[in-house]
Amino acid sequence: MAKPKLKEHIINSEWCKGCGICVHFCPKNVLEMDDEDSALAARPTDCICCKLCEIRCPDLAIEVILEKETE
Amino acid sequence: MAIKDYLRERFFPHLWCSGCGHGIVLNSLLRALADLGMSKNEIVMVSGIGCSSRISGYVDFHTLHTIHGRALAFATGVKLSRPELNLLVPMGDGDALAIGGNHFIHAARRNIDLTAIVMNNRIYGMTGGQYSPLSGQGIMATTAPYSNIDYDFDTVELAKAAGATFVARSTTYHTQQMTKMFRQAILHEGFAMVEILSQCPTYFGRKNRAGSAIDMMESYKENTTPIGSKSKMENPDLIERGIFVQKEVPEYCNEYDKIIEKAMKGR
Repeated sequence: MAKPKLKEHIINSEWCKGCGICVHFCPKNVLEMDDEDSALAARPTDCICCKLCEIRCPDLAIEVILEKETE
Repeated sequence: MAIKDYLRERFFPHLWCSGCGHGIVLNSLLRALADLGMSKNEIVMVSGIGCSSRISGYVDFHTLHTIHGRALAFATGVKLSRPELNLLVPMGDGDALAIGGNHFIHAARRNIDLTAIVMNNRIYGMTGGQYSPLSGQGIMATTAPYSNIDYDFDTVELAKAAGATFVARSTTYHTQQMTKMFRQAILHEGFAMVEILSQCPTYFGRKNRAGSAIDMMESYKENTTPIGSKSKMENPDLIERGIFVQKEVPEYCNEYDKIIEKAMKGR
């Protein structure tokens, strides 16, 4: 099975309440809080698509979108 | 089905505080339902009163937001009249075990096919941080400014003793385990109880100097252990997580159908 490849992080800043859980538990330190206390994907190239941010987000504000696998 | 399709997006952002564990429970529950490929029309969510019970407003299933502690009683009625539907009953610790304590033990005793989810944050958040029967000794609360002297219930032991046929516990830190437990609990035929330790940084965390939501989740990692692990023997204070009971016992609605058949014999 090929490694999952990241397309983008969709972060809904209207829903994000800035708790920082995603930033703290990201194993690759991809995320950061922006000036308005909303999560931001600062280093998307480091992302390993584990989706720990997406499944732990209490505000359901993050989606990790993968590149469709091509043959 | 993507989890967004299960939401009533018009009610977002939700009213839970920043970092509240209840949002993580909602997140994991929707993932479990998506994994099972369930349609919105076959799910009924019944909740009572409290922070936790607001969950039924955010999901696009059949939902009932009922009275304090009586979610299981309403759910029993729905299940008996429409046994083909899947009942999810999320409750807070106070809702399930103080106000609704009797409904809890009797639903477990009957082994009616429901999935009861106890979102245990060990405090009454909505009303301002009063202690609950799950707070435990030494805990600070608005109504226990010099610390609480009550012992707490062990939800798992209580459910086991009352006859629940599926009993499990996890935390908001262990989201993958939580999702898996929800899947198993929903598929289980009979009364399933899943307790989730869920952080309340606003009241429980602040009153007890437990730090932020992140610190509280880290403490779930440190203070819990899988059932029967070696570290539990070395440190008995650790809280066990996993599936404690999973057994097959005749289910209430099926037994009730048999009684109807018996009574109607020859007619």
